[in-house]
Amino acid sequence: MTLLLAIVIGVLFTVGLYMMMRRSLTKVLIGLMLLGQAINLLIFTTGRLQRAKPPLIPLGAEQISQSADPLPQALILTAIVISFGVTAFALVLARQTYTVLGTNDMNELRDTDIIPKYHPESVPEEEEGL
Amino acid sequence: MQTVLFPLLIPLLFIVLTLFAWNAPRLQRMLSLFGSSALLLAALSLLAQVQTGEIAVTQIGNWPAPYGITLVADLFSAIMLTITGVVAVLVAIYSLEGIDENRVAHGFYPLFFALLMGVCGAFLTGDIFNLYVWFEVMLMASFVLMALGGERAQLEGAIKYVILNLTSSALFLSATGILYSVAGTLNMADLSIRLPEVNSPGLVTTIAMLYLVAFGIKAAIFPLFFWLPASYHTPPVAVTALFSGLLTKVGVYSLVRVFTLLFLTDVAFTHTVLLVLGGFTMVVGVLGAAAQYDMRRLLSFHIVSQIGYLLMGLGLYSRAGLASTIFFMAHVIAAKAALFLVAGIIRRVSGSFDLRRVGGLYRDQPWLAILFLIPALSLAGLPPLSGFFGKLALVRAGLAQGQYAIVAVSLAVSLLTLFSMTKIWMEAFWKPIPEKSPSQNREAGYKFSLVFPALAMGLISVVLGVLAQPVYGLADQAAGVLMQPALYAAAVLGGLR
Repeated sequence: MTLLLAIVIGVLFTVGLYMMMRRSLTKVLIGLMLLGQAINLLIFTTGRLQRAKPPLIPLGAEQISQSADPLPQALILTAIVISFGVTAFALVLARQTYTVLGTNDMNELRDTDIIPKYHPESVPEEEEGL
Repeated sequence: MQTVLFPLLIPLLFIVLTLFAWNAPRLQRMLSLFGSSALLLAALSLLAQVQTGEIAVTQIGNWPAPYGITLVADLFSAIMLTITGVVAVLVAIYSLEGIDENRVAHGFYPLFFALLMGVCGAFLTGDIFNLYVWFEVMLMASFVLMALGGERAQLEGAIKYVILNLTSSALFLSATGILYSVAGTLNMADLSIRLPEVNSPGLVTTIAMLYLVAFGIKAAIFPLFFWLPASYHTPPVAVTALFSGLLTKVGVYSLVRVFTLLFLTDVAFTHTVLLVLGGFTMVVGVLGAAAQYDMRRLLSFHIVSQIGYLLMGLGLYSRAGLASTIFFMAHVIAAKAALFLVAGIIRRVSGSFDLRRVGGLYRDQPWLAILFLIPALSLAGLPPLSGFFGKLALVRAGLAQGQYAIVAVSLAVSLLTLFSMTKIWMEAFWKPIPEKSPSQNREAGYKFSLVFPALAMGLISVVLGVLAQPVYGLADQAAGVLMQPALYAAAVLGGLR
């Protein structure tokens, strides 16, 4: 089981990173989401897999033995909630960027880098904002 | 009195209050002044408390460490909180004039306090997963602050900023997952005891490097800094000053924390990596700045360059090295924020951030010139300003450790920094007004709320220089605590008695 999950995690990381290197903004975001899933599985697996052993103290017993570790699951739950919020924001931002800039291609998002506005040769005519 | 909680509760309270005042922008502006001042007071009282050598600890929900979440304030945390408070107050004053009505109407102030809460949480937490959560609080607020306003450049910068920071968070989270499987705990004090006992030092070093990359992206160190000059210059200057003062410094703080508390199993390797990266960060940052004509982009590259100095002190890993890093942190936050704020005033006065389109400011605005000159010379490291003493301390720490290469690099980069500052001086203040100059607005530079924060930041730089001895003493004391992880562990786990 651990081996299987390890392979799945590896595949998810690979696919996620591959997608993040694509030029399309949407694919980059899909890559980020896959990466998030890969990490959740990673935490789950490294927290040691136990089958059907809930972390509950049986009635009358003083302590539990041989149970699943609840902490990784709590961590994953937190991570899922955070990635939900962040992904929602990133999607809206991507949409807004597409509406305003009219492109979805990461290679064309160069205005804040060197080309063309900040090229030493070009003197901008008008500036936005403060 | 749980003084440790106040730096978190005050921003939270003011998020709520400013949200209630959603339709009353003027009230929000007033609240921001009160809130940031209260935060500064809370930070100062915490500083006074831990200055005696005490490490203030609060166990949330009274769950004893290492089972619950712990908030810890040692002297280093308290110093960082105090700096945060000062930056918050001054940026709040600058924002009175520097942030337009539209941005306030769309929630600038709640986000401002959310950012502060995230930053304070990151400085205070004693649990590494909780640190991740505070990072996310801070990042969410900064994402929206960066995009707020929705200008073309802002959206583009925000996309780059968001994607790279999410990648960094992903690495942070996976490193934390692996760390938990190796050590079985996430409490930093507990980790500092258990990690040396783990019998696979190679795995621990791997985790250390994962953290280095994750925090390195946030701190914008070489070769992970590219998002910073691509995005920091896009939002309003008040936001940029806030970001440059706080966000990258949280990355550096986290690096200092994990590399003085947790990952000490292979100091010869990990801290040498830090030192080398520090050297490259300094050089690449300052060279990148040389090609820039937009003031904000030029200053953004200098943020990167100065991060290198902070890494240098950490990489030396001696009490003197860490003390100089802490001193340098205070210096660079003040100097950098002052420069960004002055750049904002120049933009208002002369209509452009572009150095080729402005000029003649020394004749028109001699006071503005002085306002610029103080932090600029301080950044370059001229006596008697704070930068000189920060660099002096770093150089002495480097010589004491026999790391001559990094000392030479740091001195050379100082010179290049001076060159860069001279460039702004020559272009913006010294040369005559260019013909294609945009419309001038001479009165804009004299608004109290714009000038006062820049002046105050510059004065802090002077005061840090004049009072270098006591301030360095405080930093040295903080470094002394950092160099003894056992003290930290004892203070946190003392609750187990």
